[in-house]
Amino acid sequence: MKNITFSQATLEAMEEEMSRDASIYVMGEDIARQGGIFGQFKGLPDKFGDRVKDTPISETAIIGVAVGSALAGMRPVADMHFADFVGVCMDEIFNQMAKVHYMFGGQKTVPVVVRAPDGIINQAAAQHSQCVEAWFAHIPGIKVVIPSNPADAKGLLKSAIRDDNPVIYFEHKGLFSMKGDVPEGEHLVEIGKARVDREGTDVTIVSWSMMMHHAAKAADKLAAEGVSVELIDLRSISPWDKEAVLKSVAKTSRLCVAQEAVKQGGFAAEVVSTIAEEGLDYLDAPVARVGAPFSPIPFARPLEQAYRVTADTIYNAVKNIL
Amino acid sequence: MEAPNIVKMSAEVPIEKYGKERIAFFYETMLKIRKFERTVEEKFLGGEIPGFVHLYIGEEAVATGVMSNLTAKDYIESTHRGHGHTIAKGADLNRMMAEIYGKKTGYCQGKGGSMHIADFSIGMLGANGVVGGGYNLAAGAALAQKMQGKKDISVVFFGDGASNRGTFHEAANLASVWKLPLLFVCEMNEYASTTPYRTATSVADIARRAYGYDMPAVIVDGNDVFSVYEGAKKLVDHIREGNGPAFLECKTYRVKGHFVGDPEKYRTREEVQKNIDERDPIMLFERKATQAGVYKQDEMDALQSKVDAVIASALKFAQESPEPAASELFTDLYV
Repeated sequence: MKNITFSQATLEAMEEEMSRDASIYVMGEDIARQGGIFGQFKGLPDKFGDRVKDTPISETAIIGVAVGSALAGMRPVADMHFADFVGVCMDEIFNQMAKVHYMFGGQKTVPVVVRAPDGIINQAAAQHSQCVEAWFAHIPGIKVVIPSNPADAKGLLKSAIRDDNPVIYFEHKGLFSMKGDVPEGEHLVEIGKARVDREGTDVTIVSWSMMMHHAAKAADKLAAEGVSVELIDLRSISPWDKEAVLKSVAKTSRLCVAQEAVKQGGFAAEVVSTIAEEGLDYLDAPVARVGAPFSPIPFARPLEQAYRVTADTIYNAVKNIL
Repeated sequence: MEAPNIVKMSAEVPIEKYGKERIAFFYETMLKIRKFERTVEEKFLGGEIPGFVHLYIGEEAVATGVMSNLTAKDYIESTHRGHGHTIAKGADLNRMMAEIYGKKTGYCQGKGGSMHIADFSIGMLGANGVVGGGYNLAAGAALAQKMQGKKDISVVFFGDGASNRGTFHEAANLASVWKLPLLFVCEMNEYASTTPYRTATSVADIARRAYGYDMPAVIVDGNDVFSVYEGAKKLVDHIREGNGPAFLECKTYRVKGHFVGDPEKYRTREEVQKNIDERDPIMLFERKATQAGVYKQDEMDALQSKVDAVIASALKFAQESPEPAASELFTDLYV
């Protein structure tokens, strides 16, 4: 174990995987000379030379080239700079990357990893703050992972790179500097497996990414009031570990799902509706679904504060169903 | 204003110099495409083939002339009008026809259909249902070839309509900056779906756009297989020498509607007929070949019969093949 940041954990995963397999390369805007806009690629070119590539500002080309090179035997990792920019190359993601393996009858796999830094930090406003993971959970043919801590960041990135399916890896910008214990060397986290962050008996809170930390704060506050929270980190949302959630709700009979993204049409809705279909009898109270208001992310501090989901939002939502 | 990067080329050499084998490839490939598609058209109109079908009839010389410069290790990215490229690259006609019929024995086990045929074993990386969707995939394949230290190249086919996609710009710029072994082949067939190209395209010669990416370009008569071959050869040689991407514009004409069943209200029958009468690539080939004496009429007749038999057998294979079972819905979704 060593205590490193989320960003360092992703770098360690890249270094280990690129050392292991020469067909892996990484490309994106500002990643080689600059080291990534959040420093998450620092030093990588020293070890791997032109397997770390600065691209033009051409997101469409980045994903298209990643897919094409994968068809020709490479294992690319493509950085999106900001998750918000993924809209620029949506066709390459959902019509090309996601479909090639299926539509061509399994002739070729598409081992591409798309890294997408998402989430609210520093009043970055409407086009540099979004959480868009739910869009991709709606696309058959790709996997979506979304770690909340340094250990999972490393383990999921390594698994994503080794996966023969295309994987989108959402990494919250607010998590990059967060420290945690990370296993050294071979550490793989299975895609599609949730993690029980803490066990409890009174209510289940399901979350992922940065929102896990808000949920943990809410759980602490509830614990101080004698409410025992079982906190589940999904870690992957496609595929997602519905068995883990059903099992927990069977025990606690209460469910709150919390996400940073806009509530309407978000992934929390998928979790909640699945529990309604398959676990309604477990529930002793209505479910609580926590997400941001249906608005673009505003710039000014009071507006951004009004938009954000916080520990208090989650705390209040849980209180309502106790 | 002339763009200095463009060379207009046509084959003027006596065609005997191509050698029997290449000439036979030209003729047989064009015949295969034509007869394959005539069969597909007939069976589509008869209700046997479902979905959408886009025919390449009249443009056979482009795929044939370009592919004659490639090996199975070179990659191509094709379009929604992809049967011609696929056949010219050497695909198995049985599996192609079966795929178009939605059968289990098709290239994609019935998951793709006419617009989504691929054969990775011969470097055919796939047709693409999204116009302009292939450029960047081809650039990626070319990047892989370069990173793997290979001498092979990638080729992307696209029409005048696709030349207006932003994807072209990103791929052309990247390929130029990274000196990727990539040939852009523009099939200027006059119509983007139903829109005449000059009402939607800023330049008379799309090859002029290559100048903006520091790429050499050649314009050829896309209905003359010899000219296409020569133009492609010049650029393919340039690319194989490690000089980065190049652009070939083939002036052709889409004899058929955008899709089978297109009422074609955007042009006159006379315009279409004139192109068929004066510019049909197979007719042009036969005229040159007989004039030069490289083919006698009975040899051509024999080849026609041979191709007819191959197509008939592909049709029978497709018709008699089983459909995929409903239980295969999720097969090959994930690895």
